[in-house]
Amino acid sequence: MSKRYDAIVIGAGHNGLTNAAYLAKAGLDVLIVEKNSYIGGATVSRELHTDWLYSNCSYVCSLLRPEITRDLELPRHGLQVVPYGGSVSFCSNGDYFGDYPDHGRQYREIARHSIRDANAYERYTADVMKQTRLIRPFLMRTPPDPTSLKPRDLKEMKVLMDAFAELGEEGLADTLRFWTKSIGDYLDEYFETDVIKAHLAGSGIIGTALGVYSPGTAYVLLHHYMGDVDGTVGAWGFARGGMGAVAAALASSLQSFGGEIRIDAEVDQIIVRGGKVAGVALSNGDEINADIVVSNLDPKRTFLKIMEEKDLPADVVRKAKNFKIRGSSGKLNIALDGLPSFNGIPKNSPLMHTDMHVLDSLQRMERAYDDWKNGSFSSDPYVDMLIPSQVDPTMAPPGKHMMTVFVQYAPPRVHGEEWTDADRDAFGKTVIDQIANYSPDFKDLILHCEVRTPREIENEIGLTEGNIFMGELTFDQLLFNRPFPGYAQYRGPVRGMYMCGSGTHPGGGVMTAPGANAAREILRDLKRTNLVPEAYPDD
Amino acid sequence: MKAHDETMMLRTPFHSRVAEACEINQWDDWKGYTTPRAYTEVEQEYFAVRSSTGVFDLSPMTKYRITGADAERYLNRVMTRDVSKLKPGRVGYTIWCNDAGQVMDDGTLFHFGAGDYRLCSYTRVMDWLQWSSLGLDVSIEDETADVAALAVQGPTSCAVLKAMGFIGIEELKPFGLTHHAFENTELMISRTGFTGDLGYELWIEPGKAELLWDRLFTAGANLGIHPIGNDALEMLRIEAGFLQAGVDFVPAEETVREGRSRSPFELGLGWLVDLDKGLFNGRRALIEEQRNGSRYGFVFLDVQGNKPAQHSFILKGKREIGSVTSAAWCPTAKSNIAFAQVESQYGRPGEELIAEIYYQRELIWTRLLAKCRVIERPVFSSPKRRQTPAPDF
Repeated sequence: MSKRYDAIVIGAGHNGLTNAAYLAKAGLDVLIVEKNSYIGGATVSRELHTDWLYSNCSYVCSLLRPEITRDLELPRHGLQVVPYGGSVSFCSNGDYFGDYPDHGRQYREIARHSIRDANAYERYTADVMKQTRLIRPFLMRTPPDPTSLKPRDLKEMKVLMDAFAELGEEGLADTLRFWTKSIGDYLDEYFETDVIKAHLAGSGIIGTALGVYSPGTAYVLLHHYMGDVDGTVGAWGFARGGMGAVAAALASSLQSFGGEIRIDAEVDQIIVRGGKVAGVALSNGDEINADIVVSNLDPKRTFLKIMEEKDLPADVVRKAKNFKIRGSSGKLNIALDGLPSFNGIPKNSPLMHTDMHVLDSLQRMERAYDDWKNGSFSSDPYVDMLIPSQVDPTMAPPGKHMMTVFVQYAPPRVHGEEWTDADRDAFGKTVIDQIANYSPDFKDLILHCEVRTPREIENEIGLTEGNIFMGELTFDQLLFNRPFPGYAQYRGPVRGMYMCGSGTHPGGGVMTAPGANAAREILRDLKRTNLVPEAYPDD
Repeated sequence: MKAHDETMMLRTPFHSRVAEACEINQWDDWKGYTTPRAYTEVEQEYFAVRSSTGVFDLSPMTKYRITGADAERYLNRVMTRDVSKLKPGRVGYTIWCNDAGQVMDDGTLFHFGAGDYRLCSYTRVMDWLQWSSLGLDVSIEDETADVAALAVQGPTSCAVLKAMGFIGIEELKPFGLTHHAFENTELMISRTGFTGDLGYELWIEPGKAELLWDRLFTAGANLGIHPIGNDALEMLRIEAGFLQAGVDFVPAEETVREGRSRSPFELGLGWLVDLDKGLFNGRRALIEEQRNGSRYGFVFLDVQGNKPAQHSFILKGKREIGSVTSAAWCPTAKSNIAFAQVESQYGRPGEELIAEIYYQRELIWTRLLAKCRVIERPVFSSPKRRQTPAPDF
């Protein structure tokens, strides 16, 4: 009989680690089990080419909650986030649109394309900021159950209603429109220049199996804007050492509280006895017992793979089956022999340090999505690429570079069939050809390339269909509907069972909020003092 | 020029002269243009305007040329005042609101001739101007970079222009505009300004800007001419009671927090609103506000003592009722002036309020509860500003 724990957390991704850290900090005997031989899940850095470190999955950092970073002392445990500002989109005609972080310079650059758009941008930023201010206070709160009459739910419901009321009449109308409309329609209300709209629309589709004109994509944009680095809302940063540094710091924090991590330990099943959880069974046959089991896996994996249907209420099985978690993206990680040059901008441009994109119209973006609907990867793909080695010397040897390329769209299956190695290679080639259209020396600099389709992401990380957010971030799956109605407060349908992954509120993006929020609910059920910090108020 | 370079800070057409005159090399960013905070010394520049002539490079001011058969009708839709009353050859101070009746900016409107106007504004407002033009035969062009402009302000400013050879300029009435030949081009002169003094603004094509500067300073050599920077202008405009967008109010469409924008009535600019002229942007909301009352009032305060009440809370007794938006010691009026927004039931002329002032000397902070009195009008207004013919000094 192996050791008995107070709690077992399944999956050592950032949310699992955060959840376990808070449980351990509260004095629980906690074990986190991880199927891979390395921790981090999708928050990982790996050396797949000698002397190069890849952020294999997630690649930049903004949503990571500053309250948790500080509370769990992640900087002391080795985490350093270096902010980067701005972004750029290259055009097929050799021009580009550079979204400079300096406001004055950004204005002049937009004005280079359209004076009217430069002016409209002020209104656009104010309007998007209104929306981020609405949602940000709820990231570190458990969503209320709108059907419940419990005092706590009523109180939380009032907080939610008050926040909406504060928007005023016009603000409320704008909000409902914003949450339900497409990013394309939204941007059409402000801008006239194709490349500017395409540039801004990227945030509305990343990680989402929707096109720029699909309803719901405006909110996805918000999800990319509501983070902050050092108080600058909407800013993004690089984790020094790659995103694995986030997981490493969380793990170190967890261990400082006495928590244990077991790698190469794949969970076969959550054991349920007498209507309560009793522990987990590993695929090697080991059983580990605990009264609390927290799943950091996505809702489909949790309820359909590692739990028995007979242990679950029928509605949960049905809701898990219907949960929308569609594969839409792929990833290339590339070791470069030097810094590539890009059309139009000098190599010392600040734009080289930012996220770079290649589609210059909403029409091309929608066509890229059409390919996905047709079951193939985009022939003219959207990419979100960065070269973090320019600011992070740990990622590549001096003078050499590491490039991370997020690609959209890649379907979960190719024309209904499983991805083959040949498909993967063709996908990789398409993306490399695409980048080479805008960077003449890019191909010659490639030393090594890791190509990840939804197949690789699912098989390695365990994200169903390779969906990076553990479930679409559409209105039907947000707040008290995430992952599904009745189960948005991190408690599973079986006593002692909880969920802490990005499939729960407030969703993915390396936020650590779901993990922390789940810990708060567990501690509450155990009648222990809450240790999870409240969100910093916005001014 | 590469696209990359186009995003650098811009230089005005006077830059070569400005840089040469800018002895202390202290610079600001004004709407993307490199502009001097001061040339030599702020006090000296300030007093040049109050005692002789100060020259301010206002080329970065946003300028729109509005033309077309429907230009007047269009401007009447945008502006709160009745633009049909603005005759050709005249300039009008004006404000414009969004549909909620909240002030987007203030500016000056130049009427050149039938269907031909220039709008000068602090904010960049192209998007709004375009939206408001739907259905009307009007063309709107941003001519900020196409027109160089200098403000020539102060008691000897008319004498300087006369010395340049602009015959009859003394007959130009306040808010009038006139055209003169200058070096094979046309120079427009308007009797306008942002200082409360006698003064003019000179408008010319950028290619002739340096020449204009040189002639002006030669003509003014014995009349106390001095270039002035942004810091001196800030003192001048507070003393003269001019509001500044982005300082004394937030342009309505740029506010993020509900309730942070202001209506014309709340800024003391109700006199610029003509509710009887027919439809215009924000009219319905303004009528409603007039019926239901405003949330805030805008007041000029004469503050006791000599510590500027910058960023101060305004109290009635012990209750916080508002805050200061602009404040300065006024060297000519010898008074300590603040602009403040207060709850609308306060701020009647003569009312006594308290400004909670914090100031620091050698790392020690002092909290001062300074009495202040609501005054009806700005503390500085030179009679020369209205005199025609304009005096020589």
